[in-house]
Amino acid sequence: MIRIIAILVGLGFTGVVMLAFVTGAWTAATEGMGEETAEHVFHEEAKGPEGGFSFDGPLGNWDYAQLQRGYQVYREVCAACHSLKYVAFRDLAQIGYTEGQVKALAAEWVVPGIDPDTGETTTRPGLPTDYFPSPYENNIAAAAANNNAIPPDLSLMTKARHGGTDYVYSLLTGYEPLPAELREEFPEFETPEGLHFNPYFANLNLAMAPPLTADGQVTYAEGNPDPTIRQMAADVSAFLYWTAEPKLEQRRQTGLWFLVFMLFATILAWFSKKQIWSAVKPKRED
Amino acid sequence: MSFPWAKQYAPTNPFMRWMDEKLPLPRLVYNAVGAGYPVPRNLSYMWNFGVLAGFFLVLQIVTGVVLAMHYASDATVAFGKVEHIMRDVNWGWLMRYAHANGASFFFIVVYLHIFRGFYYSSYKAPREMIWLLGVVIFLLMMATAFMGYVLPWGQMSFWGAKVITGLFGAIPLIGEPLQVWLLGGYAPDDAALNRFFSLHFLLPFVIAGVVILHIWALHIPGSSNPTGVEVKSESDTVPFHPYYTAKDGFGLGVVLIFFTIMTFFAPNMLGHPDNYIEANPLSTPALIVPEWYFYPFYAILRAFTFDFILPAKLWGVLAMFASILVWFFLPWLDKSPVRSGHYRPLFRKFFWFGLIPCMAALFYLGGAHAEEPYIMLSQIATAYYFLHFLVILPIVSSIERPDPLPYSITEAVLGSDRKAVLGENAEPAV
Repeated sequence: MIRIIAILVGLGFTGVVMLAFVTGAWTAATEGMGEETAEHVFHEEAKGPEGGFSFDGPLGNWDYAQLQRGYQVYREVCAACHSLKYVAFRDLAQIGYTEGQVKALAAEWVVPGIDPDTGETTTRPGLPTDYFPSPYENNIAAAAANNNAIPPDLSLMTKARHGGTDYVYSLLTGYEPLPAELREEFPEFETPEGLHFNPYFANLNLAMAPPLTADGQVTYAEGNPDPTIRQMAADVSAFLYWTAEPKLEQRRQTGLWFLVFMLFATILAWFSKKQIWSAVKPKRED
Repeated sequence: MSFPWAKQYAPTNPFMRWMDEKLPLPRLVYNAVGAGYPVPRNLSYMWNFGVLAGFFLVLQIVTGVVLAMHYASDATVAFGKVEHIMRDVNWGWLMRYAHANGASFFFIVVYLHIFRGFYYSSYKAPREMIWLLGVVIFLLMMATAFMGYVLPWGQMSFWGAKVITGLFGAIPLIGEPLQVWLLGGYAPDDAALNRFFSLHFLLPFVIAGVVILHIWALHIPGSSNPTGVEVKSESDTVPFHPYYTAKDGFGLGVVLIFFTIMTFFAPNMLGHPDNYIEANPLSTPALIVPEWYFYPFYAILRAFTFDFILPAKLWGVLAMFASILVWFFLPWLDKSPVRSGHYRPLFRKFFWFGLIPCMAALFYLGGAHAEEPYIMLSQIATAYYFLHFLVILPIVSSIERPDPLPYSITEAVLGSDRKAVLGENAEPAV
């Protein structure tokens, strides 16, 4: 009885889903599998800088000089519009700055404060314990200043997008005029006023104007590579990977010890299992 | 219960003797997972996954309790609290990555445990109750994992919660009020986040309770084995300890090597980048997907796109729940007298060339965009899924002619069972 009911229920579900399949297949056959769109055809996969990042691969690590250059790019370019709210100035000690340098760097920023005498809101120079301040009072101010697009917080940006650091790098270096082939294939496609064509962005039209526009936009200290657009983009992408994953170094080092220990323990477990089972393992008698 | 030849707990240490009189807890452990539990001697590594699932349950509870010490289930701060754990709490990143990847590994070992059960028909009499409790554990795990994924309050947390609770809205008449009642509002917010946190903390302990029942039920008939032939004599078994503690120890080591690699070197590989964006009710992600371990059921949900008497959405919800509920009926749907897939040639073909590719496809399709050809493929896979359990299994089990079974486990292992042939006077083969 239960098997007959089961067969009926099974055929029921199968029938309904096959009806859905047939209607879907009919639509696909008569109307095609959906139009090709410009977003589909001209979207490009994120590519990292030539030679990759120092932290690529399972054992890669930070290049402090690069992170410090990236911090400089963030400070001088990105910070005009983008916040970094999960990072505190004290965290900069992790990328090779001394305690004194961190204090000096923090003091370059203006953060909201409270006047100790009157209790009124005011501003003061940053302290190492402060978090990076937001460039806008609130989201409404951010939207108003940016053609209604709120510049996202960058603390976790490299973990919050497919492609991670490569995506950020590609986006920063990927601005180009609308390609002629695209214009030809999709005459309807256009980049509306105030948006910017970038093949690495999901819908190809990005609100952010190209932030890095000229080689030498940021002046690096002596002994550093030339601040070309690509170099600055790579440096700030690396810096933003550190802001997203500050414990990377500790994680990989700990992981290595864990792995060595686990391999050792597992080999021991294998021999102990072999030893214990040797007495009863099949000794075929016939 | 146990086999008559099971070793008896006989403590020699005076303290342990005293303890045994007052509270025989060591005796319980001895009989449950110690030398007092005789287990078939021929278990393969596929029998490791129960112990491994137990390990990951404990790991989830330990890491979860620590995470709860630093978390707050308030929608305005939850996302920031997770970042606080990742950045400022000592070893907080390890706790969180171990918890997130621990959930994935818990599901991996439980899926392998369940599919072991499918292949060897571990659900058959006299082990139906073990199987039923196991399905209950799986359902509780799904509820727990779903609510846990909401807690970081990222974009996928929010939109996943919205989509999944929206399923209840498909129920006729009571759907919408039910959904509002479950969420404490029209969309996931503080009320939902708070209750999900509360339940996410509670349910693992409920799971632990049902796990105890699952193991208790297991000890009545004893473990099944790859031949599916029941234990007949002492030479068919070995004591759980040290034989299977050693074997499980090695298996645990191997799984922990993979777990270490994932947690320390690719901790976000199984997650979704959108969950590193704080929940925003005004911005819908391009693709809303649950965690990977729900993909097969999500694919089944989305496969129903045709309104046949009932709305398509309701069909999808019914099918999704039915796809797991059918597991409850397996002990009575599969009437073959033979348990093990080794000796069931036709069943085995449907298992390897039907069920396994079907599940692999559903795993892939549940994470794909809802567009062609993925929808059509998931419809075919869904159709096969229901056919397999509800139609093919009952029919195959009545028409197939199983291969000859070994006389006993000992014969399967040693090629002959001397005791069976020579009678009681034979030396045991071991």
